[in-house]
Amino acid sequence: MSFNLETAENPEKLRRVAIDPVSRVEGHGKVTILLDDQNKVHQVRLHIVEFRGFERFIQGRPYWEVPVMVQRLCGICPVSHHLAAAKALDRVLGVRKLTPTAEKMRRLMHYGQMLQSHALHFFHLSSPDLLFGFDSDVARRNIVGVAEKYPETARKGILLRKFGQEVIRHTAGKRVHGTGAIPGGVNKALTVAERDELLKDIYHIVAWSREAVHLARELHTSNPALYNSFGIFRSNMMSIVGNNGDLDFYHGNLRARDDNGGIIFDGVDYQGYNNILEEEVKSWSYMKFPYIKSLGKDQGWYKVGPLARVQNCNQIPTPLAEAERREFVDYAGGTPMHAPLAFHWTRMIEVLHAAEVIKDLLHDDDILGSELMTEGVRQQEGVGVIEAPRGTLFHHYQVDENDLITMCNLIVSTTNNNQAMNEAVRHVARRYLHGKEITEGLLNHIEVAIRAFDPCLSCATHALGKMPLEVELLDAEGLPLDRLAKNGDGRFCASLGLAD
Amino acid sequence: MSDTFTLDGREIPFEPGQTIMQAALAAGVYIPRLCYHPEFKPHGSCKLCTVKVNGRHTASCTYKAAPGLQVESNTEELNTERRTLVQMLFVEGNHFCPSCEKSGDCQLQATAYELGMMSPHFDHFFPDRPVDASHPDLLLEFNRCILCSLCVRASRDVDRKNVFALAGRGIHSHLIVNAASGRLADTNVALEDKAVQVCPVGVILKKRRGFAVPIGQRTYDAAPISGHVQGSASLTEE
Repeated sequence: MSFNLETAENPEKLRRVAIDPVSRVEGHGKVTILLDDQNKVHQVRLHIVEFRGFERFIQGRPYWEVPVMVQRLCGICPVSHHLAAAKALDRVLGVRKLTPTAEKMRRLMHYGQMLQSHALHFFHLSSPDLLFGFDSDVARRNIVGVAEKYPETARKGILLRKFGQEVIRHTAGKRVHGTGAIPGGVNKALTVAERDELLKDIYHIVAWSREAVHLARELHTSNPALYNSFGIFRSNMMSIVGNNGDLDFYHGNLRARDDNGGIIFDGVDYQGYNNILEEEVKSWSYMKFPYIKSLGKDQGWYKVGPLARVQNCNQIPTPLAEAERREFVDYAGGTPMHAPLAFHWTRMIEVLHAAEVIKDLLHDDDILGSELMTEGVRQQEGVGVIEAPRGTLFHHYQVDENDLITMCNLIVSTTNNNQAMNEAVRHVARRYLHGKEITEGLLNHIEVAIRAFDPCLSCATHALGKMPLEVELLDAEGLPLDRLAKNGDGRFCASLGLAD
Repeated sequence: MSDTFTLDGREIPFEPGQTIMQAALAAGVYIPRLCYHPEFKPHGSCKLCTVKVNGRHTASCTYKAAPGLQVESNTEELNTERRTLVQMLFVEGNHFCPSCEKSGDCQLQATAYELGMMSPHFDHFFPDRPVDASHPDLLLEFNRCILCSLCVRASRDVDRKNVFALAGRGIHSHLIVNAASGRLADTNVALEDKAVQVCPVGVILKKRRGFAVPIGQRTYDAAPISGHVQGSASLTEE
């Protein structure tokens, strides 16, 4: 666990690249690489803009508006923010246990979200790299190319996502940016007609999800030299786990393991998250670097998301996904798997689990119930945590006696993976950067490493595999040697105009 | 046998003393409006209900119907002018529909949809108007005020309280409450007041109720605002 290549030894010789924050928008990544006279890599940094503005402008707003407002953080997984905020505000209302109908409706919404977000990421954004190869023809390396070569795979991927969106529509009122969860409960249950419409397709969805796990597993196990080593680094892992150590995306306690799988902490109530986690600010990035307090900033960073969750839990409480988890653990050989490309395999195991949970919830009459709201004794503060598709998501609010928000702290999933993504990019740069000339192949290798984490920057562009990305090569004097950028429509250009 | 006037080619009957707006509503014909409410004396300020009477622009909520008038309302020219008025209302305040609890129940939003408004067109003013959350059960969200004065009229004429008033002139006009502190908590407003029920936008809000009605069941989810005309055959809800 070293931060090699984060900061060059002789920074006084290097020019700091100025980035104008006004010109940077969500979804833009930037990688800077510093070289010495022998073209040896001295520094690699991934810079990302995150959504911290929400913490400020949510202040002074009435608390009941928050779950609807904060979901605008994201167009791909808004349900995550919607539910994390609603959970935090449940606590502000003094509500510790929702009605069965409310909790199950929220779970249904969230597992629908997991299904659609994971399917989008795997099939639309990553499968072109994985099916065609990182260096393959860029004209074919997209979902359209996948649809031509593997039509059945593409079709099922698209329909998996669509089903997840329909689950969200029936629980939140809209496929994107709905209103289903309100502090203390939900505003609707399912009607019989809505439930039956979802039930009609759920068995296909479970079957296709299983096929998706097998596709991801096949890709991984048929090329272990690449999949087990690409961008690899060892780290701690963190997630919430449910009752009995079950995989649970909606609720549980915090658990962290070290790189060998040993427990760092377990059973931690997330209301006290700020006793165990700290966020470090670094001068070169707008995104903070969280770490486990007890281990310090050098040793305490961690990764979150599917790879962490599937290895952090004791078991998955649905049979088909549990069988797949066991197979994954066996493949890893009894020791934690740290390869970033294994995110894909575990992400598909989670898709299968989400589909199975949705199937079970649709057979539970509580989702048709009429008891939607719970009341409690009003508090001033609350923390809500869920496992979003990309990892653990923290929402923390303080509310004054007039019902207005006075403080908001968000640690979004991508922020939790900040150090981890930097490490993956550094590993790829060390291994694949040859000489001074930046090739499109290098550019895409870096993208593949970043994409494995499914960070928000890759999805916020709403473009298919066309994440705007800029790679810059500086010499020992800090002067730019070369720069290559890919903009949002997939074209290569000299610069995105982010620097200088 | 009542007299009639012609509205967009249709004969509209009216009773003596009725305005064009009142007669049109009784006949189930929608004329866009924001400051007009059938229960209150017309204010004639939002100008959305402007029609052409015998070729001249006039507010239909204040113009008395008369036999044989030739009235144009649902024309491209008038709707374009109305759309511009609505666009100006949107940019003068802070109307963020995506996070507004009145979305789906808001007459400004519904009217914008009705008029086919696709963008605000003008530069936003982005005024800085802090909310008044002092009252235990009511929130005043001044950012969304369109100065329709319905709360002013309701409080004065129905509640007999004068809780609300418009202060300032021209572009500086703004809603105030009747308390030396300027805080709603220090007025005698009550939850059941007519003034609290009548806001067409999201200014006067009952606290802790936001988003309780799911999408699909809000006022304008089933039918656009033109389908909610009082007296119309299909929908009578106002």
